[in-house]
Amino acid sequence: MTGTAPAARPLLEVRGLRVVFDGFTAVDGLDLTVAEGELRFLIGPNGAGKTTLIDVVTGLTRPAAGQVLFDGTELVGRREHRIVRLGVGRTFQTSVVFERLSVVENVDLAAAFRLGLPRLLRVRRGVSGTVAEALERTGLTALADRPAGELSHGQRQWLEIAMLLAQRPRLLLLDEPVAGMSRDERERTGELLLEIARDHTVVVVEHDMAFLRSYARTVTVLHEGRVLTEGDVAQVQADPRVREVYLGRRGAGDEPAVPAGGEVG
Amino acid sequence: MTLTSPPAAGTAAPPPAAAPALPRWTGPAAFTAVLLLALVVVPAVAPPFQINLYARYLCYALAALGIALAWGKGGMLTLGQGVFFGIGGYAMAMHLKLTEAGPGGLPDFMVWSGVTEMPLLWAPFASPYVALPAVVLLPGLVAAVLGWSVFRQRVRGAYFAILNQALAAAFVILLIGQQGLTGGSNGLTDFPVLLGVDLNRPESQLGLYVAVVLAVAAVYLALRAFDRSRLGRLLVAVRDGEDRVRFLGYDPTVVKTLAYTLSAMVAGLAGALFVPVAGIISPALFGVVPSIELVIAVAIGGRYSLAGAVAGALLLNLARTSFSEQFADGWLYLQGALFIAVIVFAPRGIAGLAASGRELLSRLRTRRTAAPAAGAPAEGGTP
Ligand SMILES: Nc1ncnc2c1ncn2[C@@H]1O[C@H](COP(=O)(O)OP(=O)(O)OP(=O)(O)O)[C@@H](O)[C@H]1O
Ligand SMILES: [Mg+2]
Repeated sequence: MTGTAPAARPLLEVRGLRVVFDGFTAVDGLDLTVAEGELRFLIGPNGAGKTTLIDVVTGLTRPAAGQVLFDGTELVGRREHRIVRLGVGRTFQTSVVFERLSVVENVDLAAAFRLGLPRLLRVRRGVSGTVAEALERTGLTALADRPAGELSHGQRQWLEIAMLLAQRPRLLLLDEPVAGMSRDERERTGELLLEIARDHTVVVVEHDMAFLRSYARTVTVLHEGRVLTEGDVAQVQADPRVREVYLGRRGAGDEPAVPAGGEVG
Repeated sequence: MTLTSPPAAGTAAPPPAAAPALPRWTGPAAFTAVLLLALVVVPAVAPPFQINLYARYLCYALAALGIALAWGKGGMLTLGQGVFFGIGGYAMAMHLKLTEAGPGGLPDFMVWSGVTEMPLLWAPFASPYVALPAVVLLPGLVAAVLGWSVFRQRVRGAYFAILNQALAAAFVILLIGQQGLTGGSNGLTDFPVLLGVDLNRPESQLGLYVAVVLAVAAVYLALRAFDRSRLGRLLVAVRDGEDRVRFLGYDPTVVKTLAYTLSAMVAGLAGALFVPVAGIISPALFGVVPSIELVIAVAIGGRYSLAGAVAGALLLNLARTSFSEQFADGWLYLQGALFIAVIVFAPRGIAGLAASGRELLSRLRTRRTAAPAAGAPAEGGTP
């Protein structure tokens, strides 16, 4: 353990994780520890295994080897909804909301999983405090009664975050929450992240260096299924190995991505 | 006309999104009007044989309601709903046969097939306290067990539909094979008495018709309440994104099994009501083809709408009766053509067309009232 690690106990511990897809090793001996209350950024070039890591933690993908401990409880082998019930929530890289339901119905469903069957059988009357708060924090209150299918791309991402907040998870895993957002929307999302991180443990996958510089504290860099390095933003940016894996891909200034192989004609 | 909330912006709304805003009373008013029509007007003007025919159609409409729940709201294509209709029907018919035979007596068809002892399967159905609950509980139990094991394995889509279809085929084969126990392909027929009431009197048939109308109305209201509850919203969410629902902390298996079971219970009730109305239950009445026809009726009426499903079943049966009187064989082709036309041109069925019409009307109306006041489009100019 490095001396810089805070005294807080680990909430998420990933040990020796290996994920294989049809013979292709996507994650190869990955270790990661996230302390309670931390805001952790996860970066890495395309295909580094960031989404796969989240998929394993949330039960969507089964690892070939390794452990995932959430507050000491093994998550590997548990079904998706059980993991949610333990307090782990996630969003998806391409947002998935229920388009036929209204915004408030989406958030209400996310909040209602703790209710028993008799209460689920009742009609929702009004908006519960949890749901109202989640809508308020994500700025969706005014859109509450709109069908979710009518939301803009950015608003859908916020709706996902609102649904996540309404679940009241202890650990939030966000997969590229600002992808495809306008500059304004990114800023609002960044502020939202910082605010959420005040009372939650949050892991954010994000490529965007400018976003990282503005909002990240601790950053973990993944590359080819392993942890390349870990540290604060300045440290990570100065690391020559990080520069190398990102070289020509996504530099500090948001240049267009170029494959490392250099097949450019 | 005032609108409580602004109409949906944009020109092309997603298919079955929110219904256009209508005054709050239109729903209950329409429901009451239809109910009065069915309970007061129809019996006053229609001859008894037609009342009986309508009662049969309404039994199919009842089963259609269950399909609208499972298929329309839940995305489970229940191509074998006849199985549950049949189980409910046989449970009722067995009870009626035993009533006819008297205490300890064997039903007539068993005597003819040389059965000498009361089969174990039959004995409990002598009591109405067993038979009447069994009418819904048996189909519910079968659906719950089947649904749970199938949905847990994440079987869905066409696989689920084919499985249902195979189930219907197997059920019919089983029934036909057990001549002495089930009456084989002739089924069970000739039920003079239900709960002490002589079924052959004309008033009894009218009474049955009223009972069926009330059953359809009650099930409609119950399923509508279910649809609006959180669980109903959850069912729609499962239909549109089963995998996403898991990450909301729910097990889709439970939700789907519940909806499937409910729809099977409704089908069982429909089958049970059908028996005294039609005076017969036989495999041909609920096998593979009738099961498919029910789904076609729901598709034509509009599977996303409970009222649409009822309308579809009634219309299709009415059309069949009047059409096949003239061209017996043409009906199958016409039905198939109608089905394809609906799938291609109106995937939301008659109910969808009606909703689009209403939407158009209310849009025209708002435009007319808004135009002189502002001169600009009613909706705001947000990009
Ligand atoms: N279901 C799957 N089947 C086969 N290969 C997969 C599957 N999921 C991911 N992979 C592969 O595993 C590797 C890691 O993918 P992953 O999605 O975790 O990357 P990522 O770091 O999230 O990348 P991105 O930045 O593009 O989202 C990639 O090479 C990908 O092609
Ligand atoms: Mg990814």
